[in-house]
Amino acid sequence: MEKFTQLDGLVAPMDRANVDTDMIIPKQFLKSIKRSGFGPNLFDELRYLDEGKPDQDCSQRPKNPDFVLNQPRYEGASVLLARQNFGCGSSREHAPWALLDYGFRCVIAPSFADIFYNNCFKNGILPIVLDEATVDSLFKEVAGEEGYRLTVDLEAKEIRTPGGRSIAFDVDDFRRHCLINGLDDIGLTLEKADAIKAFEAKHQAAQPWLFRG
Amino acid sequence: MAGKTLYDKLWDNHLVEQRDDGTSLIYIDRQLLHEVTSPQAFEGLRLANRKPWRLDANLATPDHNVPTTLKERKEGNAGIEDPVSKIQVVTLDENCDDFGITEFKINDIRQGIVHVVGPEQGATLPGMTLVCGDSHTATHGAFGALAHGIGTSEVEHVLATQCLIQRKMKNMLVKVNGTLAAGVTGKDIVLAVIGKIGTAGGTGYAIEFGGEAIQQLSMEGRMTICNMAIEAGARVGLVAVDQTTIDYVKGRPFAPTEAQWEQAVAAWSDLHSDADAQFDAVVELEASDIEPQVTWGNSPEMVVPVSAVVPNPADQSDENQQKAYTRALEYMGLNAGQAITDIKLDRVFIGSCTNSRIEDLREAAAIAKGKKVAANVKQALVVPGSGLVKQQAEKEGLDKIFIEAGFEWREPGCSMCLAMNADKLGAGEHCASTSNRNFEGRQGFGGRTHLVSPGMAAAAAVAGHFVDVRDVLQAN
Ligand code: SF4
Repeated sequence: MEKFTQLDGLVAPMDRANVDTDMIIPKQFLKSIKRSGFGPNLFDELRYLDEGKPDQDCSQRPKNPDFVLNQPRYEGASVLLARQNFGCGSSREHAPWALLDYGFRCVIAPSFADIFYNNCFKNGILPIVLDEATVDSLFKEVAGEEGYRLTVDLEAKEIRTPGGRSIAFDVDDFRRHCLINGLDDIGLTLEKADAIKAFEAKHQAAQPWLFRG
Repeated sequence: MAGKTLYDKLWDNHLVEQRDDGTSLIYIDRQLLHEVTSPQAFEGLRLANRKPWRLDANLATPDHNVPTTLKERKEGNAGIEDPVSKIQVVTLDENCDDFGITEFKINDIRQGIVHVVGPEQGATLPGMTLVCGDSHTATHGAFGALAHGIGTSEVEHVLATQCLIQRKMKNMLVKVNGTLAAGVTGKDIVLAVIGKIGTAGGTGYAIEFGGEAIQQLSMEGRMTICNMAIEAGARVGLVAVDQTTIDYVKGRPFAPTEAQWEQAVAAWSDLHSDADAQFDAVVELEASDIEPQVTWGNSPEMVVPVSAVVPNPADQSDENQQKAYTRALEYMGLNAGQAITDIKLDRVFIGSCTNSRIEDLREAAAIAKGKKVAANVKQALVVPGSGLVKQQAEKEGLDKIFIEAGFEWREPGCSMCLAMNADKLGAGEHCASTSNRNFEGRQGFGGRTHLVSPGMAAAAAVAGHFVDVRDVLQAN
């Protein structure tokens, strides 16, 4: 998993409450054998005017000019500003996979669905909860300033705006540790690699037939 | 201090570390891989730039959606008509080739259902920890191995770290005393157990099956029982190691040889629960009480002896149970009080990781020999569990017996067990199936599955409705 320490990113606003996982990545794309490549279908139904099918070349599809991510000023955004209950719906990890594949590393919202919130951490995305008024003020600032960027500093647990304001946020220490060090469950277990190797050596000495070389 | 159960011993033997949050790091000796639950795990490894921890611990084969007709199979992967199935099988090949994992590919004689292939190759050994991204992995517990199903993210975790994060389960002993009557099998034992304790009865437990009736079973019979532990809610099923286990393992391709064999056999002699071991729960059954079983509903616990009638929801004390029974009767198109032997069959499926081994096919062939599939049965499939089972059956002439009786003789795979390939039930069709799940739509949309033993399935194919296989055996 990619480490997350500090991010200086262009912000895209998604001004809509209860964005569910089907909206983030519609179910016809879940049959894939991969966890990458979902980016072009992120927010598919909102983003394109036609109906999306798996294995399509999305660059040829008619885009919805009204959808925020289709506006040139938000191209290359890595911070998504969202409304309450973002990520509700299914437990599958395709939603964070799609956000990540598109390029988002941070989502800011007044609240998140539980499972989605957890799945974000597992996949190297930082979800930040801020109170409604603060989120509202950020929406206003983004709208008013083209090229609006935020600095998300996970080590200091704060966000800094172009105007010089810093906004503190809260995140579980353990999760913060994992993100900063790029540790997913596997990364965590691999921190114990020495213990595993020691066990393995003992195990192999006692039952060599379990190892075929 | 009380002695240890078999499960305790296996756990202790593989405990790398106890973690602060109450979970443990358990070392995994063997992982079996198939095409459905592995692609994202391999993808995850690639994205994170990781390598498998130990290549030789892994063994792969495609099974869930390989076609089972010779016509499609002749072409190898190119013959797979369904595009999603095809891409999964092709991806498994690519992943195994890329990472260097041993795979029995689609037309390798050793290909088959993972839970048939592992034991057959000796890749399943007593005392091992074994995992696979499939809930019927408990099958391998028949060898005194700690085996259970895992999810895709865990498949990746095991590939990358050779370990799994686990919490210890509780111990349950299911003891089957006495001797089974002729025609009554491991399948009937496990269905009777599920009928008794329910589909949640084993939740949170590792179930050890013991008692004379279990000791008298072949490895095939024991595998059938452990296979369905998950249908009783238990992720783990176990049988103690004895001479039957050792005789089965000996000489298999992945089994130890020579000095290591002697050393292994000596180590395996400890793979049983100590006489003074404490179980958290004990369930006892008398083998002589067990008749051939038939499921009538949409949960494996909805099961009765073949001599019984379809139960009446009104007789259930629990209101939720009443509703479930009513709903099941409706879905299955059955009436309360109807004799099980009056249920007419449209299709018969002999196969799946529960009952597709050589002994299962022999049992079915013995019933089908010299008979004909009844006119009302549209299709009777026999799908061997692996290429080697198929080869052995053909050597014994079982294929001819089936074909002459009007059964179709197929190539190995999961087939109609879960209807991921073209083998499916039509809506409303009743099927006598040797598989393990009778959920709504499991074998095809609207399909009506009745779980039975291979002998019962063959007898039903010939009669066109359920009959008591013991009567057929007596008449023969
Ligand atoms: S035979 Fe059925 S239950 Fe067994 S592994 Fe295949 S699909 Fe799963």
